[in-house]
Amino acid sequence: MERAALPRRLNWQLGDVVGLVSESGQARTITLRVPGWRRHLAGQHVDVRLTAEDGYQAQRSYSIASAPEDSAVELTVERLPDGEVSPYLVDELREGDQLELRGPVGGYFVWTESLGGPLLLIAGGSGIVPFRSILQHHRLTRSSAPVRLLYSVRTPEDLLYSKELMRFATSDDVDVNLTYTRAAPAGWHGYARRIDGEMLAEVAWSPSDRPLIYICGPTAFVETAADLLVAAGHDTARIRTERFGGTG
Amino acid sequence: MTPASRGFLGRRQTDVDPARVPAGQYVTAGFPVLSAGPTPRTALDRWTFTIRGADFEPVSWTWHELLALPAEELTTDIHCVTKWSKLDTAWTGVPIDTLLAGIDTAATYALAFCDGGYTTNVPLADLTGGKAWIAHGYGGASLPPEHGGPARLLVPHLYFWKSAKWVRGLELGSEDVPGFWERYGYHNYGDPWKEQRYHGD
Repeated sequence: MERAALPRRLNWQLGDVVGLVSESGQARTITLRVPGWRRHLAGQHVDVRLTAEDGYQAQRSYSIASAPEDSAVELTVERLPDGEVSPYLVDELREGDQLELRGPVGGYFVWTESLGGPLLLIAGGSGIVPFRSILQHHRLTRSSAPVRLLYSVRTPEDLLYSKELMRFATSDDVDVNLTYTRAAPAGWHGYARRIDGEMLAEVAWSPSDRPLIYICGPTAFVETAADLLVAAGHDTARIRTERFGGTG
Repeated sequence: MTPASRGFLGRRQTDVDPARVPAGQYVTAGFPVLSAGPTPRTALDRWTFTIRGADFEPVSWTWHELLALPAEELTTDIHCVTKWSKLDTAWTGVPIDTLLAGIDTAATYALAFCDGGYTTNVPLADLTGGKAWIAHGYGGASLPPEHGGPARLLVPHLYFWKSAKWVRGLELGSEDVPGFWERYGYHNYGDPWKEQRYHGD
């Protein structure tokens, strides 16, 4: 278990938007320069606060997509239907704008090189975001911990970081597995269904390998994956979960 | 002074009483689930709730004994540190006052412990005087596992991580021992009306 963070005040900070990359029709990555940024751990998140002209404010939490070693802070935000903050971040925010944030927040759903492996990462939809930080951290620290990623998306259009994931997959230490739950690309021979026990048995390490497991995604996805892994004999104390509330 | 976010209009919630929504929160109709690990499943015939401490004999209730205690129906608002609030949630639970009635202790703090290893700390004064319950019902039905069933601590005047899911007991003492999230940078007390989300807030 990670050493607990020392008490400290987390102040609101202003970051400069220096880059915006569309990841899919619904998501984009925001690159921020944040003067005085306190280095985060892979897997942590930040609070973002928007302020209207009349002083009205709205706050939400977003996972950090970049590695601790990166000098910039990157957030990948998915536009949620009926959202208040996410449509602004995906559609309205421009380079040169400033964005108010505070963090990093959360100390449990994190992976550091010292925690070792083997590592099993299971993502549903935008639940891949903190794993991009973890995978980059894994590469930048030249960690020898073997990693297996299982990433479930609805359609090829929903796949975030596709080129980067393919590059990770060329590493001997990282095994990338995708499953498409609604529509697979033409000629796809991989998984094309929701995660189930058989898929996890094929992708996951054996419980006797004692993998450190991280699961991130919508609540129902996380519940299903965690229940299946516990039923298969994995140690509940080595399963860490992050459930996206689906509001925002 | 926070500068305005260019082009942000916001979507003010006009159908809720702003006096019921703490700063930085928004009201949701859903009931999001947040937990650090898998949802534990403990068989009810092996379930107990225990109150223990250094200066009294521990007291335990089985599941059936807990259900046999007089329960209250209450409707209250809840506030999660991840920004959502949910108004008018309806619970069934046994008041902590009832469970503490036979215990004579000088303790001033409680550490709730749970299946799955989760803990959270609350001053004992925040659990007494009709402010906290062991809730075993939600919305007129039994409490679903993903929301902390079979029973969770319910302390609605604090951020909802203090309302520990899958609660199995309280450790009472004279020392304030930080719980799970409190050791990961979250506020030790967690008053939503003072926006005490993180250490130093």
